[in-house]
Amino acid sequence: MPVVLATLIHSAIGPAAGQPLVADLSSHLVAITTGFAGTQVLLFGAIEEEGDVVVLVRGPGTDTVVRRKGKFWGLWVNREDVAFAGVPAFYAVASSRPLDQIAPPTLRARYQLGVDRLRLSPVDPAATGEVAAFRDALIRQKQESRLFVAEVGKVSFLGQRLFRTPLDFPSNLPTGTYSVEVLLLRGGEVVAAQTTPLIVSKDGFSAEVYDFAHAHAALYGLLAVVLGTLAGWLGGVVFRRA
Amino acid sequence: MQIYLPIAELSLDLFVVVGLGGVVGLLSGAFGIGGGFLLTPFLIFLGVPAPVAVATGANQILATSVSGTLAHWRRGNVDFAMGGVLLGGGLVGSTLGVWAFSVLKGIGQVDLFVSLAYVVLLSVIGGLMLLESLRAIRKRGRTGTGNRAKLHQHFWLHALPLKLRFRQSKLYISAIAPVLIGLVVGLLAALLGVGGGFILVPAMIYLLGMPTSVTVGTSLLYILVVAANVTFLQAYQNQSVDVVLAGLLVIGGVVGTEIGAWIGARLRGEQVRGLLALLVLGVSAKLFLDLVETPTDPYSLAVLWKE
Repeated sequence: MPVVLATLIHSAIGPAAGQPLVADLSSHLVAITTGFAGTQVLLFGAIEEEGDVVVLVRGPGTDTVVRRKGKFWGLWVNREDVAFAGVPAFYAVASSRPLDQIAPPTLRARYQLGVDRLRLSPVDPAATGEVAAFRDALIRQKQESRLFVAEVGKVSFLGQRLFRTPLDFPSNLPTGTYSVEVLLLRGGEVVAAQTTPLIVSKDGFSAEVYDFAHAHAALYGLLAVVLGTLAGWLGGVVFRRA
Repeated sequence: MQIYLPIAELSLDLFVVVGLGGVVGLLSGAFGIGGGFLLTPFLIFLGVPAPVAVATGANQILATSVSGTLAHWRRGNVDFAMGGVLLGGGLVGSTLGVWAFSVLKGIGQVDLFVSLAYVVLLSVIGGLMLLESLRAIRKRGRTGTGNRAKLHQHFWLHALPLKLRFRQSKLYISAIAPVLIGLVVGLLAALLGVGGGFILVPAMIYLLGMPTSVTVGTSLLYILVVAANVTFLQAYQNQSVDVVLAGLLVIGGVVGTEIGAWIGARLRGEQVRGLLALLVLGVSAKLFLDLVETPTDPYSLAVLWKE
């Protein structure tokens, strides 16, 4: 990282390198270890000329089904569902100024700036009826589980050219390859953009457990049985002594 | 203090998980039930995905029933002959159950099936037990202790062929009855993600006519083996057993079980049955209300596929 930092500072403070926008993350890997309780990654960068900066963080795409309960013979059961394609597993946006002040609606729609501008389309294009209600429910529940960040984060400037924004990730963060997109806006147009990947993966003990459970399922099962029996027996022995 | 669970793929508070294991263990030790019918819904409530909750529940039940079985064995309250015969059916039933669970999950609506099955089973069992224990308590108050004409009622189930003597249960009945009961309980146990004690204990008392003192230990022995079978099959077929989560639940569980066994030994048989009946009815009422009450949020999400 020091090399990257040095390059960055050089391009930001040094003579014009011809790049209108440079940005990087304090870490390109979020390691989910046993003690993982959410984390913060710092995004920082510099711009050549004055403008507004918007940062978009998107998790891997998912197909997510939204089910709705209805009354059936007096019982509440899942009756209708709509599956949505390309739902980001995680979504957050940060901006140097309120989005509606710096980006016209067409631009916000094109770049999906803001939770309300996410393109969430049904897997089945023929799906009709209350797709909108299901889409609202999807966004609302994702926000409740902190996987869609409801508030627009703050990109703060240090002087006129250096900017930074903290990216907060919750403890229930899904694994996968995330993309962090930095946009430079001027006069309602995107004049420069840069995309940086961010890997979220299990690490250390939790990664080993997960890999072992999938690679050697039978052995893992046997081990779970042996460990369970042993733990129970140990507990019994300890208590007989006490 | 948060701890990340590698298979459930989320972080939970350490003390909440250990505490939950303790409460479930307490019930297990006192009443001879695995406590899975409380544990599984609670884990789902905490955000653990349902398949992981069901499978890990089995692993936790295994551990607590080992220490519970040992505690009762030391008191001479395990009928190994009866346990063995029940398990003959139980292993077949639980294997079928794990398979049926994945089939039902594929069709969808598995939640509804599970809830309805719980409500019907728990209400019937809880109601019958409560009535019986109330009658026993009242009778004891009127006539004093030790006034028992018959050990148990005999009916057609006991008269089937292949009669066996179960010394510790003071029974001489057909082996077909416990095999069938073991099979049905094992099937339900795997389907509902529980040990099956809450069905097995009443079945032992009312269908087989076993004395209450032996049912708790014997039921724990049965649960132990069925839970081991379900744990292995779930890990092998669905990779849904979270050993970290199970380990934390077990730490609380073994402590709770010992305390529970101590309490259970100081209660009268009909008191144990009465309290268990109230608990079973309470859970049943809660599940029923969840089905009929207007949900606060009728929508739910499920990720079908991830990049």
